[in-house]
Amino acid sequence: MKKFLALILALVMALALVACGGKTPTPSGTDEPDPQQPGTEQPGTEDPGTEDPGTETPAFKVGFITLHDENSTYDLNFINAAKAASEKLGIDYVIKTNIPEGQECYETACDMAEDGCKVIFADSFGHEDFMIQAAKEYPDVQFCHSTGTKAHTEGLPNYHNAFASIYEGRYLAGVAAGMKLQQLVSEGKAAKVGYVGAFTYAEVVSGYTSFFLGVRSIVPEATMEVTFTGSWYDEAAEKEAANKLIQGGCSLISQHADSFGAPTACETAGVPDVSYNGSTKDVAPNTYIISSRINWEPYYEYVIKAVQNGEKMDPDWTGTIATGSVELTELNADVAAPGTQEAIDAAKAALEAGTLHVFDTTKFTVEGKALDSYLADVDSDANYEHETEVIKDGYFHESEYRSAPYFDLTIDGITLLDTAF
Amino acid sequence: MNKESLLYISKRDSIPWYKSWLIRGIAIVLALIFCGVITMLLTGLNPLQVFSTIFYGAFGKARKTWVTVQKLAILLGIALAITPAFKMRFWNIGAEGQVLIGCLASASCMITLGGKVPNAAQVAICLLASLAAGAIWGFLPAFFKAKWETNETLFTLMMNYIAMQLAAYFIIVWEVPKGSGNIGIINQVSEAGWLPVLKLPLIGEHKYLLTIVVVALLTVVMFVYLKYSKHGYEISVVGESHRTASYAGIKVDRVIIRTMVLSGAICGLVGFLLVSGIDHTLTTTLVGGRGFTAVMVSWLAKFNPIFMVFTSLLLVILERGATEISSTFSLNASFADILTGVILFFIIGSDFFTTYQLHFRKARKEAK
Repeated sequence: MKKFLALILALVMALALVACGGKTPTPSGTDEPDPQQPGTEQPGTEDPGTEDPGTETPAFKVGFITLHDENSTYDLNFINAAKAASEKLGIDYVIKTNIPEGQECYETACDMAEDGCKVIFADSFGHEDFMIQAAKEYPDVQFCHSTGTKAHTEGLPNYHNAFASIYEGRYLAGVAAGMKLQQLVSEGKAAKVGYVGAFTYAEVVSGYTSFFLGVRSIVPEATMEVTFTGSWYDEAAEKEAANKLIQGGCSLISQHADSFGAPTACETAGVPDVSYNGSTKDVAPNTYIISSRINWEPYYEYVIKAVQNGEKMDPDWTGTIATGSVELTELNADVAAPGTQEAIDAAKAALEAGTLHVFDTTKFTVEGKALDSYLADVDSDANYEHETEVIKDGYFHESEYRSAPYFDLTIDGITLLDTAF
Repeated sequence: MNKESLLYISKRDSIPWYKSWLIRGIAIVLALIFCGVITMLLTGLNPLQVFSTIFYGAFGKARKTWVTVQKLAILLGIALAITPAFKMRFWNIGAEGQVLIGCLASASCMITLGGKVPNAAQVAICLLASLAAGAIWGFLPAFFKAKWETNETLFTLMMNYIAMQLAAYFIIVWEVPKGSGNIGIINQVSEAGWLPVLKLPLIGEHKYLLTIVVVALLTVVMFVYLKYSKHGYEISVVGESHRTASYAGIKVDRVIIRTMVLSGAICGLVGFLLVSGIDHTLTTTLVGGRGFTAVMVSWLAKFNPIFMVFTSLLLVILERGATEISSTFSLNASFADILTGVILFFIIGSDFFTTYQLHFRKARKEAK
């Protein structure tokens, strides 16, 4: 028993010591975060300590839910826009990263609503049902889901979708890729492009088709091979997929999957790469050409201002080149072919003027025939029925009847290597 | 002069329960202090603030508390499921797969039967399907072990991957829309196959209540089963020694198979609660490693169902608190994993002190 007491005493003393050690820096600890705030990259919640409500005057607060964290180009793009928009408008915000597409999304959204967030944004397609579930429970809070498809038919006043006409950005990135491909072909390389996709879902199909049409506008004989990884973020699978395409003889790679896997593989193999969601020049300085991305800042600002002013907002918002939502990142002049910038500018001007349409039915064929009619699955219903006529005036009207893409055709010239996903 | 080490270690014969809990308590306190120190060193934040955030993350609001208790119920349910097997020294590390296959069974019934049968029947079918699926996943390794002495650790582990691949396959079969790799919420509008919201006189109604009540009942039943039933006694004898059990007239093979079927079926039940009661969806990560964490819950509680309530509560609070810390202070989610890792290290380490005793030699006295 004595030994036991001695042991306890020793532990208590050790505890007291460590506890003191822990406590003494407290005063400096508390004022430290403040000077840090403006400089560091994590001013996230402007007030680490005052998370519990009531200690400060309630500021306008919004919440952001992302599927992965800063290591994913897709989520990084959202996180940057979230920070930029919130700081510009001077509001409080919380970002919760690594929220899977399941019950956790619902729980996180509800937690945010209870913590006083007036608007809650989520970034991944699979978050949608869980956001709707939360929206039904908190009617006074606005739930905005990017890339979703259900808001325009769901009829929930506080649930909204948004996307951008990114197919135009993809097309312009395709033009840059086409210029490079033209140069490669003249050097004797094959006129074949490779593409690493995530899923066989319309968003991805629309993306690679518009990219391919951009390439073809420069190199009409170009073909493309597409492979799918079955995950939005799987670095190893994306790297492997890119390597497979390169070994299959593709002269240029692009991707719609969110890790640095494909750009890294291209850099190692010395194959030019057109990335997505933001510049990958840091990891691939010798192969990165350009990247298209959606800038979410205009949408965030639009929503936050509308809620602050008590205005009604669009249940289904589509950003465009004009709203500043569709952007190209810096062109890497070291890799791009000469004249690329001029070609992009010309195509962009034509798109904005309405003289050029990405999905012009005279520019592509499906099973050898030009399309004159196509019913797309625009309205979400239980059977995913294709119900809306989307071909009018000689082109496929993408992102007009709904913000999220619905172009899901496989056009001639594109070969799908696998469609398991 | 003969040199004797200042410190020597001996195995404890037995330790009173209050002593072992005291040691664990100290371990937790030390772990928290250590976490506070690392947090402070790495991020410059005030450790007290960090701890209050942990608490806020678990119990800060009524809804957070509900979620915490619901998560506790699921983890505890899985721990209860594997306990009989572990008590029998059958190393079942396949709870992850047994729960997931139960989830898959429930989800498939909800998807294929959605709206075609009355809701009560639908729920009953889901329940039976999940129990059966879990039981099969428990039966297979037990059968092979009993017949051919296969290694149950490897067998149950591999069954996890089979369950995961099956789930992945069916997710692609049922994904909506095509190509998205997502099932979404099953029967979101009709709520067919969803467990009803339970209403109790004192507590009122809450959507997680039913799960919590089911697991609470299960805890009591499992306690009685292991401690007072003939089956429970057989399990402990088989766990001590197969030969002793055979000598005493216990059919060892039968006990192994029966116990694993029970273990698997309870895992299936948890899978049913997850899909029909809480998540209403199917993903390959639905169980999220809880099948493995449950081993720790059960082990730390020395296979006592009542103590498991506390060990699982502790782990759930830590997990929720750590997540809250990483988001409140805008740290990367990996920071939460670091904290949880540190705390688990201390708790598992404390097991050493409950099993062994340290003695300090009084060297000088002996020298005289």
